[in-house]
Amino acid sequence: MNSIELLYLPFVEFGFMRRALVGAVALALAAGPLGVFLILRRMSLMGDAMAHAILPGVAVGFLTAGLSLTAMTIGGMITGVIVALLAAAVARLTPQREDASFAAFYLVSLGVGVLLISLRGSNMELLHVLFGTVLGMSDAALLLVAATSSITLLVLALIFRPLVLECMDPLFLRSESRMGPVVHVVFLLLLVMTLVAGFQVLGTLMVVGIMMLPAAAARFWAVTAIGQMALAALVGAFASFSGLLLSYYANLPASPAIILAAGIVYFLSVTFGRQGGLWQVAKQARARSLRLSRIPERN
Amino acid sequence: MGAGVGVMAARPDTYSPAAVIELEEVSLGWRDKVAVRDLSGCFEKGSLTAVVGPNGAGKSTLLRGIMGLVSPLAGRIRVTGESDGTPAFMPQQGGFDRSFPVSTRDFVAMGAWRRVGPWRAFSSAERQRLDEAMQAVGLGDFGRRPLSTLSGGQLQRALFARLMLHDADTYMLDEPFSAVDRATTEDLMDLVLEWNRCNKTVVVVLHDLELVRRCFPQTLLLAGQCVAWGSTDEVLTPENLHLARHLCAGDYL
Repeated sequence: MNSIELLYLPFVEFGFMRRALVGAVALALAAGPLGVFLILRRMSLMGDAMAHAILPGVAVGFLTAGLSLTAMTIGGMITGVIVALLAAAVARLTPQREDASFAAFYLVSLGVGVLLISLRGSNMELLHVLFGTVLGMSDAALLLVAATSSITLLVLALIFRPLVLECMDPLFLRSESRMGPVVHVVFLLLLVMTLVAGFQVLGTLMVVGIMMLPAAAARFWAVTAIGQMALAALVGAFASFSGLLLSYYANLPASPAIILAAGIVYFLSVTFGRQGGLWQVAKQARARSLRLSRIPERN
Repeated sequence: MGAGVGVMAARPDTYSPAAVIELEEVSLGWRDKVAVRDLSGCFEKGSLTAVVGPNGAGKSTLLRGIMGLVSPLAGRIRVTGESDGTPAFMPQQGGFDRSFPVSTRDFVAMGAWRRVGPWRAFSSAERQRLDEAMQAVGLGDFGRRPLSTLSGGQLQRALFARLMLHDADTYMLDEPFSAVDRATTEDLMDLVLEWNRCNKTVVVVLHDLELVRRCFPQTLLLAGQCVAWGSTDEVLTPENLHLARHLCAGDYL
């Protein structure tokens, strides 16, 4: 067995590894581009908040129907949308800023959600919801994730131009068309949808990681928004692959391993990235101080 | 529309067939503060008007009102145009994100929104128009530069190019020269004069009275209400300017 085989044999030998890879990659392809937009709109925390906001709905689904995919998905969608709208309303109608109102709502949601699950489920089931079951994905869950990701990417392509305008220059879009608020709501819906599908794979606590970390890493390499989106999707897929391998060989839980892999890519990007990475900044600073120190020599 | 005709018939003295923007006893404001009170008059087709006045005189609010971004508290605003009624608008401090990862060319291309909308591709004619606008503002070689690397003056040039792509009949600019140097102001002012020569209606909010006297035939002097509106020489008299300062100061005393 050579070293190349080490990279793919686990996926050839075990069906559950193949399913995990397909599910995680499908999720990453949609989550990365969404994460890029969250960062561009300075709403990074919002992804986190939304991920927690779906928990009470998932919990109610779980209470009424056990570990049923349909019930938990519908419940998650409902509370996700409700919390998004409520938080936006509080931010608009009171002096409270949007980030603070989202933080308040998601902390409450997390508390309610964990409480509800503990009412009936065991700690094992709570762990499933919080950290996902990437190594035990059913056909239905795989289909849900794949369908959601496809829809997300298609709709994202459809609203791409107005969404970029809404992020870059909302006032301009407002004076040119009435699409702004519609685009904003559609974007929030895509976000909730992807998070709900994603919690099947990585769990409600970890799903934000596959959304934000690749997007944050891509920012250090790509110059344009499109480049960042493509790169974020690739980084997410790569993190899924290497994270699963890591979890297989080191016998670690899979979803934290995937997030850890994405985190390593992120820290490498922060350090070596060509668009404002630490290494580049240090090099430029040194070059500048060298230039400055030469000026007196000439005189 | 019927009601509008009735009003015009009732007040034949303010009716002008060449009016592009008509204001009838318009009051505009934010929440409980009235920024502009009882303003009546019109901007004529092909006119070049400067809007001047102290800070807080309601100049920006007036422009936003004409753009429909603020609803009038009273009175009515009528905007007419040949191709597409909505004027092209450049707000004072564009709320846009300067660090957004986009090339200068793509940023300028946003100006074509009314023709390309959310889905249509840029035709070769549209691309040519884009190139011409970039050339006209002196950013011909800056197309590939990321927006975040532009200086303040270059950014203002990019905003002008974006505005030109609107291809509107009416242009509304809110303090377009407040953050740029002399040379850039001259270049951009030439563009404004060029638009006006092509029979476009242009309304510009300005603070530089010397520039207004030199380039703008018409002036509207605002101070929470209309102090004077007409040809620049008659409006920018020492008495009117003093009155305007006085009216605005009174608001805060």
